[in-house]
Amino acid sequence: MMTYVLCMLYCISTICAFIFGRTAQAGQALMEGAQAAISFAISIGGAICLWSGICELMERCGAAAILSRLLRRPLKKLFPQSSESPETMAALSENVSANILGLGNAATPAGIRAAKAMAKRGSRDELCMLVVLNTASIQLIPSTIAAVRQAAGAQAAFDIIPAVWFSSLVSLAVALGAANLLRRLWS
Amino acid sequence: MSFISQMIGPLIASLLCIAALRQDTDIYSALTEGAKKGLHVLWDILPALLALFPAIYLFRASGLPELLEGLLAPILAFLGIPGETSLLVLLRPISGSASLAAAAEIIQQHGPDSLVGRTAAVMSGASETSLYVAALYFSAAGLKDSRWAIPAALCADLACFVASSWICRVLWG
Repeated sequence: MMTYVLCMLYCISTICAFIFGRTAQAGQALMEGAQAAISFAISIGGAICLWSGICELMERCGAAAILSRLLRRPLKKLFPQSSESPETMAALSENVSANILGLGNAATPAGIRAAKAMAKRGSRDELCMLVVLNTASIQLIPSTIAAVRQAAGAQAAFDIIPAVWFSSLVSLAVALGAANLLRRLWS
Repeated sequence: MSFISQMIGPLIASLLCIAALRQDTDIYSALTEGAKKGLHVLWDILPALLALFPAIYLFRASGLPELLEGLLAPILAFLGIPGETSLLVLLRPISGSASLAAAAEIIQQHGPDSLVGRTAAVMSGASETSLYVAALYFSAAGLKDSRWAIPAALCADLACFVASSWICRVLWG
């Protein structure tokens, strides 16, 4: 996939630069971009590491465990077949709670465990639902993009949070709605 | 509302410290261990950024964005999505690092507190790399047929972009 993306970006941009007579800027842009990648990584590095430390603290304090207990009940409604197996349910609620808290390196392994268990039981619609839940970002604190805003000199990097929550909720609602509709159309 | 978003970092950090104190968790080692993991994450995404930033900068310099915006303008205007974010919208479901690079470029170019910069930030914060996530889970589960998962996920992404543009226009437009 990345091969196509990069190939498209490089080749079409190069052709366009010739057509639009932007050859001087295009030649410079490559070098500038490489330089910008390094300074960008450094400029967001501090905030990424700080936030990663806070995430680690969250995990060790058991915030994820508390949240996953709270999520059991609503998740049982969304995943009736999987709720029969306690292990699948544990992996599932661990995955969703880690996603909400932004603990990326805890979310994926738990999600994959849940996905494998669902595939084994043959509950393919629930596996689709798990994927849809994971593609609708439900992160409470958008820390990476806040670090990017901070590095670019934002007044208050986190002031986008209410807007992010609103968009996340809209996309989650549409995800669940589309899942319910498409599930019926598919079978 | 604004003081909550200003103080969200300090508030979360101090609440966690109190929780950690009550459970006898070693706060210092948790923070340093986490920072170490953060450095690893940074190290891991740096090569991707080095491959993608030049491509995005080249794209921006080539005059192609104006062409793309012109082509997509009728659709984007109908959905209320700012034309400047067209590359971000196209890359977001495909690749996390490519869309991060695209979002960073928009935010630096237009300013983090501009309407376009905020819209790009909200779009990235409220969406996921849907196609990548779907591929990861289905391949881990050993299934080739992803059924309705991808159409549903893409519907949700589109809704997210439209909702982000709308809410930013209402709050900061």
